[in-house]
Amino acid sequence: MKKIMENLYLVLVFLFLFLPIAVLILFSFNTSKLNIVFQGFTFHWYFDLFQNRTLLEALFHTLIVAGVSTVISVIVGTISAYGLHKYSFKGKNLINGLLYIPVVIPEIVLGIALLSVYTLLELELGLFTLILAHICFCIPFVIISVRSVLEGMDPHIEEVASDLGASKFQIFTKIVIPMLMPGILSGAQLALTLSLDDVVISYFTAGPGANTLPLQVYSMIKTGITPDVNALITIMLGIVFIILTISTVVQLRRFKKESSV
Amino acid sequence: MKSKKVWKFFFLVPVILYVTLLIALPLLYILFISFLKSDYYGGMISSFTIQNYIDVFDQVYVSVFLKSIAIAGITTLICILISYPFVLAISHKKPRTQKILMTLVMVPFLTNSLIRMYGWLVLLRKSGVINQVLLGIGVIEEPLSLMYNTFGILVGMVYTLLPFMILPLYSSISTVDNRLLEAASDLGASKFKTFFKIIVPQTLPGLFNGSLMVFTPALGYFFITDILGGGKFMILGNLIKNQFLTARNWPFGAAISIVLVLVTCVFIFLYRKLGGKMDDLGGAS
Repeated sequence: MKKIMENLYLVLVFLFLFLPIAVLILFSFNTSKLNIVFQGFTFHWYFDLFQNRTLLEALFHTLIVAGVSTVISVIVGTISAYGLHKYSFKGKNLINGLLYIPVVIPEIVLGIALLSVYTLLELELGLFTLILAHICFCIPFVIISVRSVLEGMDPHIEEVASDLGASKFQIFTKIVIPMLMPGILSGAQLALTLSLDDVVISYFTAGPGANTLPLQVYSMIKTGITPDVNALITIMLGIVFIILTISTVVQLRRFKKESSV
Repeated sequence: MKSKKVWKFFFLVPVILYVTLLIALPLLYILFISFLKSDYYGGMISSFTIQNYIDVFDQVYVSVFLKSIAIAGITTLICILISYPFVLAISHKKPRTQKILMTLVMVPFLTNSLIRMYGWLVLLRKSGVINQVLLGIGVIEEPLSLMYNTFGILVGMVYTLLPFMILPLYSSISTVDNRLLEAASDLGASKFKTFFKIIVPQTLPGLFNGSLMVFTPALGYFFITDILGGGKFMILGNLIKNQFLTARNWPFGAAISIVLVLVTCVFIFLYRKLGGKMDDLGGAS
């Protein structure tokens, strides 16, 4: 009895979490132009989508921003996590403390702060400023994620490698990075998710030339959204879902291996 | 010896540049702006004033502050109430099932939060799916007002922020020693008592972590009040956004932001006092 109640509760919460997404996917196959009643099944909106340049451009921007900012955040974040772990220097505590700011302050503050500095430096708002902003809030998450693996790493391994004549470069690329891989991957996953999910910071740092999908939808909500947007959302979700499934399967395999040892 | 220095340089320069240019500089700059005067044309006059901070305590703005805190507080409370039974139920599953279910919690994140708000709009509006279904099966005769009110805003906030409560609670509940729970039940403690005397104290860091990650964003998510509140409701996020983009009074907007940062600092201080670790925030480790 208790088990049934528990499972029922889990189903209800997951229903709550997936309902709005399910509705959008459903209406992407709807013959009616209004997202109100499901009338019949069609692929019409998917064909429409490929003629809608504004939407395709928004999709392109979203993917570019997410991809580039994830890659840069992962590189800078991994190097930084290692540096902060390995070396001591004056002001290290300050740097460590400041790193938490993007994690904890309300996003809107970071958004307007970046906008202000962009204006001060006379940077024109666009893809560049948007990517810079995304890098800004992704890096700390990568650092935290990599650091949690670094802390469990045996420092003697590096010493042994060095005694055996490995150069610093070899040690970092052949030993440190492979050992940090779980942290790097989960950091990358986190950065990608955060970038795709962000609204608030993008809203202030994108500018008119760099409409991303959420910003496009935001501006369309007042005038009415056509089902080709739903089609686009469905395609995007499909792509990301495949990526996540692969990464989860890989993680589950590792999990299985670890628990069998 | 020299190459050692070069490597140290290589590993530290990026993070120092990043922290100075993308974190310290922007925040110090809005702190600076918040003491300037705005002219009538959206520009700023460089004379020092604390008038912006005095204006924050104007009755109109105090009421926005209070309303935001109320909405964020209620959101946090609802998230706690939903999350505890949820993570308890998950923790009773097999490890593999647990991993899969927790990944499923993250899946909605892969669709942008604003787009999911649009999904709620399709569900909640007068002609929306929920009203259609309820009318169809005859439960109601008139469509319900499910949005453009506080209810709609709360649905949006709880929906968007729930995973931020579930994740830390889950990781802290998995550290609770099962033997303690068995001992409690052997000694005749009721379910209720076990929950409040053992589970809650043991998951306190996770609970506070989650509350922090729900409460602070809830103060700023202007797009939720915009879409599901119909633009009638103002929280701090809307206020700051308006000062920067519509009213173009940057100094005042900056002053509100600084106050918001200070409020956040108080909560973080409390979190640290309770023994919370900074690395646990945001679910990255």
